[in-house]
Amino acid sequence: MSQAYEISHLLAGVMLVTSFALLYQERVAAVLNAFAAQSITLALAVAWSAWSDNRPDLFITALIALTLKGIVIPVALHRTVARLGIHREVEKVVGVGVALMVGLALTGLAQALVLKVAAGMASHAREELALALAIILLGFLMMIVRRNAVTQVVGFMSMENGLILAATGARGMPLVVEVSVAFSVLISLFVFAVFVFRIRERFDTVDLEALDRMRGDRR
Amino acid sequence: MIHAYQLVVLIPYAAALILVAVPGYRVGATANVIVSAATFAAGLWLVAGESIVGDYAIVDEFNIVFIAINTLVGFTTALFSASYIGHEIETGRLSPSFVRFYHAMFQAMMGSMNLALIANNIGVMWVGLELATLITVVMVGLYRTPQAIEAAWKYFILASVGISLAFFGTILIYLAGQPALGEGMPAMTWSLLQAAAARMDPAILDLAFIFLLIGYGTKVGLAPLHAWLPDAHAEGPTPISAVLSGLLLNVALYALLRFKMLVAGQPAALDPGPVMVVMGLVSLIFAAFMLYQRRDIKRLFAYSSIAHLGLIVFAFGMGGPLANFAGLLHMAMHSLTKSGIFFAVGHIAQAKGTQRIAEIRGLSVTHPRLAVVFALAVLAICGMPPFGVFASEFLILTTTFAREPWLALLPAFGLLVGFGALLMRLQGTIFGEPVGPAHRVEASSVPMVLHLLLVLAAGIFLPPLLVAWFQRAAELLG
Amino acid sequence: MTHDLVVQFLAQGAQMTFVLLIAPLAVGVVRRVKARLMRRQGPPLLQAYLDLAKLLRKESVIAESASWLFRSAPYLIFALTWVAAALVPSFASGLMFNWAADVVALVALLGAARALLALAGMDVGTSFGGIGSSREMMIATLAEPAMMLIVVTLAIAAGTTRLAGVADFFIAEPFGVRVSLALSLISLVIVALAENARIPVDNPTTHLELTMVHEAMVLEYSGRHLALIEAASHLKLVLYLSLLICLFAPFGMAPATAGLSGWAIGLAAWIAKLLAGAVLLGVWEVSIAKMRVFRLPDFVGVAFVFGFIAILLAFLTRGVFA
Repeated sequence: MSQAYEISHLLAGVMLVTSFALLYQERVAAVLNAFAAQSITLALAVAWSAWSDNRPDLFITALIALTLKGIVIPVALHRTVARLGIHREVEKVVGVGVALMVGLALTGLAQALVLKVAAGMASHAREELALALAIILLGFLMMIVRRNAVTQVVGFMSMENGLILAATGARGMPLVVEVSVAFSVLISLFVFAVFVFRIRERFDTVDLEALDRMRGDRR
Repeated sequence: MIHAYQLVVLIPYAAALILVAVPGYRVGATANVIVSAATFAAGLWLVAGESIVGDYAIVDEFNIVFIAINTLVGFTTALFSASYIGHEIETGRLSPSFVRFYHAMFQAMMGSMNLALIANNIGVMWVGLELATLITVVMVGLYRTPQAIEAAWKYFILASVGISLAFFGTILIYLAGQPALGEGMPAMTWSLLQAAAARMDPAILDLAFIFLLIGYGTKVGLAPLHAWLPDAHAEGPTPISAVLSGLLLNVALYALLRFKMLVAGQPAALDPGPVMVVMGLVSLIFAAFMLYQRRDIKRLFAYSSIAHLGLIVFAFGMGGPLANFAGLLHMAMHSLTKSGIFFAVGHIAQAKGTQRIAEIRGLSVTHPRLAVVFALAVLAICGMPPFGVFASEFLILTTTFAREPWLALLPAFGLLVGFGALLMRLQGTIFGEPVGPAHRVEASSVPMVLHLLLVLAAGIFLPPLLVAWFQRAAELLG
Repeated sequence: MTHDLVVQFLAQGAQMTFVLLIAPLAVGVVRRVKARLMRRQGPPLLQAYLDLAKLLRKESVIAESASWLFRSAPYLIFALTWVAAALVPSFASGLMFNWAADVVALVALLGAARALLALAGMDVGTSFGGIGSSREMMIATLAEPAMMLIVVTLAIAAGTTRLAGVADFFIAEPFGVRVSLALSLISLVIVALAENARIPVDNPTTHLELTMVHEAMVLEYSGRHLALIEAASHLKLVLYLSLLICLFAPFGMAPATAGLSGWAIGLAAWIAKLLAGAVLLGVWEVSIAKMRVFRLPDFVGVAFVFGFIAILLAFLTRGVFA
């Protein structure tokens, strides 16, 4: 049991590191690779949970995470970026250093929050939840500090990765939720695909500053 | 044996699949109306039937009214859309090839909202709400103008973040319920969670509710999470604005309230009342002031929606049987009135060819009947008696005054500010010299008149059955 | 009793000597591996010894504007680095002076040596010296906090900051797959690369002054002074390799009570691991390009971030907040 927990803890930790890697990258292609790495690690973590907790339905989730988010989406995005000629450098709101520091603060916050609030839960479940919450917050941070539309969606998807990790860690959460999570990936992909094409058509760029004429309020 | 509650979900979804394949606008629109009528019939059948508490579905005193309203407004919006969209195609705003997607997505959206309403499983509720949101995101961008795409993108980003946070809150609720109910399905079933609420860990419940409040609150349009709302209303097709304001905001609030019931069942948990009161007041007063500077008519009423939802959340934050009852009543009344207003706005936009308020003047001269209906609708939403909105607003203010006299000043102030703005705009649009074109309006007036009549009837006489349902729900809300 | 004391003393002295003697060999191995991977013949393995001998014979030319600091710095730097290197347990833990081998003390010794070097670089007043010193300090600003974070993580894990204690802890307890320790390892490797002026932080073989960091500070030194500084930098490399081995791959290290045979095994293991580390360093340097200077804070910052996450995770598993 302790061995199983150690490995799942390790995989969750690696996912956290990839979240930081997402913030660190300056090129869109590197961001997509880091996201693919995170999704593959997620698939491994879910598969390990499936094996060690004896929940075969989680294998499906792991497979979906691996194929869809680890392979299909990054490859599709790579192609989209290349074909549409989207800026290959990520436009930043704040620099890498500041983003990393804020990320550290959020990680600490997530831990303090979960450890304090979930004092009644089993310790290993608590720790996985803390890591998952940190990944979610880091994904959210990425959406805020990067102005490129593609990286914003990648940030959202890494939030989803954190959610899937949290749902897996909540032992016994029924299949319904796992299916719904898979669903959400599909829908997000669909909506995103629709949008990137439309944005690119209209604006010749996916830099959201060009998009943001509605800052504040139009009258 | 298919039950009625399954029908309200299955009919729209099945129709969505069929409507995708239906070319041609007229056939699709007629089919849309028929399907919506069928869903409404299923909803009425549910009203006539008994409560159901199943593994996945629940129909109790709380959601029966909203299911009925949902299906009704779906039907009337389909009616309105049938005649409205034709004009949009003619003027070239909407290309004919998108029409079948429009109808299919309309039905899918209705089905998802019904799914969220009848769900007993908190995961399924989340799925329904997320599907409905994502579909509306696509529909907001339907016209494909730069502003529409921008509005849809903003909506997408904010809604996605909201969804994710709400999902995390859902997971936390499961974790809180797990010790009491064991692993697996029971800890995801709302009715069982509600029964076991007193045994759930209060600290986890608190954290969960915070995430749910922020997540679902974004979709309700609470300030400061409202940024997507005005643009989404203004840039999408008018039937979608009607459905957004009238239905989707309510469904999101309904989900939030289900969780509030859980928290209310656990006395050791932090009372979410104060937070809700503050957020509601901020939304109300902020939106009321924003009403003054709006130049686009749909944006104007979008802010009005924010204000009203703020008032509703304030009422639920105050808590207690009367305030909760008033909140529920206001949800229902606002839903009918606001969608009616958006129908009227659709008519006006087609009549004048523009959404800018400065260019809409003298309606009483050019379109007298429309002017009358519009004026009545705006008076209704402002809270004038004898419309139903007055009853609920009055109730909220009196209960607040009875409990915290000074606090009651704030919502009263917000309501007055909003009243002034809306009346000012109403006067400008109805009276004065007509400006600009005056097209004939082809859309059907039946939907908006029907809504107004319903609100008027509810203002004069509330059926005792309805009162009983609302009272029971108010009790649960704590 | 006296016999024991003498043996202990000799063992500690042996460690000091071994470290000093093997340092140039390690550097020679790195250079040879790099050259061979680039399909060159490369210098002989003992070339570093010959270079030191040559420098010691040569005259030391000192600028007129140099102060006493310039003349004394090499000696001090060498002494500080040698002491630090000698304190890291190599073939045996728990030797005579191991009570002084505190990780914090280690950081202090190295920090002092670095400060002296930076000052000496600026002492003569050349611009290249200034460039080197300021860049070195910029890297140090991030590398030292990272180092302290690593220290704290290890101290939390082992319950002590004595290097010997940490080594014993890791020999005794199989630490499994702990994320925090893995992150500490990566962080320490990055810090080691930065401190030793290796690619991707700095190219030790460059002759372009504007790209130099470490070399720029010592441009003015010659003769015996340069020999001492070179020896100090060799010792620093061995120190960091030894530190990595002692903390993360301590198998084969003899405990304090082992006899001569245990020490012999420990010595053999240590030398083997040291040379393996040198080979790895050579391979690494050939595979990676040097980073531009303005990206260095990001890179070394990664060490800081990893160190921080490692601490957070260490707290997590201890449940300190609960």
